[in-house]
Amino acid sequence: MTRQAAIVGGNRIPFARANSAYAQASNQDMLTATLDGLVARFGLQDRHVGEVVAGAVLKHSRDFNLTRESVLGSRLAAATPAYDIQQACGTGLEAAVLVANKIALGQIESGIAGGVDTTSDAPMALNDDLRRVLLKANSAKTWQRRLRAFGGIRPGQLAPDVPRNAEPRTGLTMGDHAAITALEWGISREDQDELTVASHRNLAAAYDRGFFDDLVTPYLGLTRDQNLRPDTSLEKLAKLRPVFGRGDGATMTAGNSTPLTDGASAVLLASDEWAAAQGFPVLAHLVDAQTAAVDYVHGGEGLLMAPAYAVPVLLARNGLSLQDFDFYEIHEAFASTVLSTLKAWEDPDFGKTKLGLDAPLGAIDRSRLNVNGSSLAAGHPFAATGGRIVATLAKLLHEAGPGKRGLISICAAGGQGVVAILES
Amino acid sequence: MSDWYRDFANSGVGATVTRRLGLPRPAVLRRYEPGDPVLPGVALVGGQGRLRGTIISVLEQAQISIADEETSGGKPAAVILDATGLAGPADLAAAHDFLAGALKGLRPSGRVLVLADPVAGADSPAQAAARQALDGLVRSVAKELRAGATANLLIVPVGAEASVVSPLRFFLSGRSAYVDGQAVTLSPADIPTGEDPDRPLAGKIAVVTGAARGIGAAIARVLARDGAYVIAVDIPAAGQSLADVANHVNGTALQLDITASDAADRLTAHVQQRHGGVDVVVHNAGITRDKLLVNMDAARWNSVLAVNLQAQLDLTQALLNSEGVLRTGARVVCVSSQSGIAGNRGQTNYAASKAGVIGMVRAWAPEFAARAAAINAVAPGFIVTEMTAKMPMGTREVGSRINSLQQGGLPVDVAETIAWLAQPGSAGVNGQVVRVCGQSMIGA
Repeated sequence: MTRQAAIVGGNRIPFARANSAYAQASNQDMLTATLDGLVARFGLQDRHVGEVVAGAVLKHSRDFNLTRESVLGSRLAAATPAYDIQQACGTGLEAAVLVANKIALGQIESGIAGGVDTTSDAPMALNDDLRRVLLKANSAKTWQRRLRAFGGIRPGQLAPDVPRNAEPRTGLTMGDHAAITALEWGISREDQDELTVASHRNLAAAYDRGFFDDLVTPYLGLTRDQNLRPDTSLEKLAKLRPVFGRGDGATMTAGNSTPLTDGASAVLLASDEWAAAQGFPVLAHLVDAQTAAVDYVHGGEGLLMAPAYAVPVLLARNGLSLQDFDFYEIHEAFASTVLSTLKAWEDPDFGKTKLGLDAPLGAIDRSRLNVNGSSLAAGHPFAATGGRIVATLAKLLHEAGPGKRGLISICAAGGQGVVAILES
Repeated sequence: MSDWYRDFANSGVGATVTRRLGLPRPAVLRRYEPGDPVLPGVALVGGQGRLRGTIISVLEQAQISIADEETSGGKPAAVILDATGLAGPADLAAAHDFLAGALKGLRPSGRVLVLADPVAGADSPAQAAARQALDGLVRSVAKELRAGATANLLIVPVGAEASVVSPLRFFLSGRSAYVDGQAVTLSPADIPTGEDPDRPLAGKIAVVTGAARGIGAAIARVLARDGAYVIAVDIPAAGQSLADVANHVNGTALQLDITASDAADRLTAHVQQRHGGVDVVVHNAGITRDKLLVNMDAARWNSVLAVNLQAQLDLTQALLNSEGVLRTGARVVCVSSQSGIAGNRGQTNYAASKAGVIGMVRAWAPEFAARAAAINAVAPGFIVTEMTAKMPMGTREVGSRINSLQQGGLPVDVAETIAWLAQPGSAGVNGQVVRVCGQSMIGA
């Protein structure tokens, strides 16, 4: 058996609401600051780590080498290799899996996995028609031809191509998709609001007890996640109007859905030997991971339901049941997503027809779910969420003592899901 | 935060104007830069006490040329008087003779050092009187000196001769630029030898609290420059600048509220896991919550006492309790304040906490000595920081001028004194309070 990669620690900047505290910060600014915070926490100045892997979902074309450029701007040794990946909201966790796999194979001894996203400093592309005109003008060999090419510009082409939080193949936003799934599974407004309140309270309590003292480094005046509302309540959330779905069946509000967010995260992984040699702790090991995808276009499955398929595969491979975990970290893209996934695992019909199981995976002990809050409270800068969850869960497991197990489940755009097992 | 007045007084026109008008003429102080000699010039050595040999050998090791009363070696950069062995006040005349002649030619940023016997061990009232008289003499000389020169007194009990080396080097060097008119009492100790004078803290692990900015950041930089590995500690909210400091000094940032109930455990666990132990602890973190006493609520009182005093007690006790964490030869340096010595209107809480630090240091000194360790306090005077930059100009100018050097100190001046106390060779300095105040008139 190959060795397992250790999670040594992590760092992130507080997550900011879009067009607010980090409005002037680029992806590279945030990722560099996050790497530097990790460097400071572990004294990695001018040190090599085997590889730095990170990515962003909303990315400028100039940022093709975002991670490498961030490394060069950081206090890590300039000769540290890096590459970019992108798997939508699964980017951060997938980066950790890739680093962990290379460590497990002995190809590297240490590595950093991360992710960053800004919806404030989002790339805006030229209108496709205008872009073709300009390309033509650029390739024209005489000024007459160039002039003629510019003559093809029309006012309508000046409207830029703005990135949208929508699926290209359905034209529906992620929220619209989640609303369809919520309706199918009969997820009530009250249950969603309850999960939301718990997320805010748990995150606030974790901050208050100093849990994030060695996981978060303040940035640009923010010391806690800007979206966090410690005093939110069922009554306050009940007043919000639904924003996704239609009519009486509409249950999803701005409160029980994650807002657009800016932020970055990074996780330090290593072999046990490397960690011990540096005097670094081993918080947990990344035991195994699995991805899955669903056909949400024609296949009748919900856009964000892929983790429901990935988890049983992962459990079977590791000889575990869904109840064999001390902590569950299910990414709260929407409260309804978490509840739909849990309900699907409890449903015998879903288990039999969709998962091909004799018995459903069953219910989980809800007191073990997102115990330090999750995306509803912290916010969700797409590629940064995985790093936030991995570091948080690893520390939780370490605090709980050796032999504790945690499950991570993250849904992603394009009908994908990334799930993983951590063990202390 | 440049000292515009000092720069003006040192300019061509400014020098003439300030001289004609009889205005203060603050000097540009000689401050240590790596590679500097201990003393840029000759030292004039006087007196025939029991320490003369030690003084000569320190100077020779530091490659400082020595002149004495008979030779004329040019203008001295330092004047050192071994005033041990006085029998009574009549013997002070020799001290007067020597200093009167020597001080006339003292160079800018020169140093006057007087070494004396402790008053406590005197055989007779006459002898005690003579020894105590030196204190008044040195403090007055410090006030008379100009052009950035300083005068300080080293009190050396019998048996503490070896302890003289490190203090002597410190007070001669640019590291002591803003320490003036002070008396430091040495004690007998095993003094390690062979440390690299350019990197006296090589291989040492140092914790600095309140390291995110100001004086704390300067302490981190100076300790790192002298070879220490620095663990920079500050509250989580200061984490961004703390990370910058840690990355600047190639150290580690530890975000920790030192008043949290588990702070001592977390600090101890950190140094144990990462480094196996700690050699130097600098309790620098401090806050102010100023109000006149009658208007001060419990929150202001309690928070200042908790951060400035109780946390120092708790963290130090926890390190003492954890077997092997505080390494042999460890140094604890606590930041007190001029306010803790003199008191300050509107700062009953702050002054109480900073005076408490002095009591703590003195009480702990014997236990530290028994562990071959040492604990001391530094008490900064008016130090130019972001905080003082926000003061009204009048208040700031007066505050910074009412000392013998006629200028505010810099964070690096406090840091240099702390780094000196942290040196292995400073083992004979224990339970002391060293003011870094340019001989401030406040609380003098």
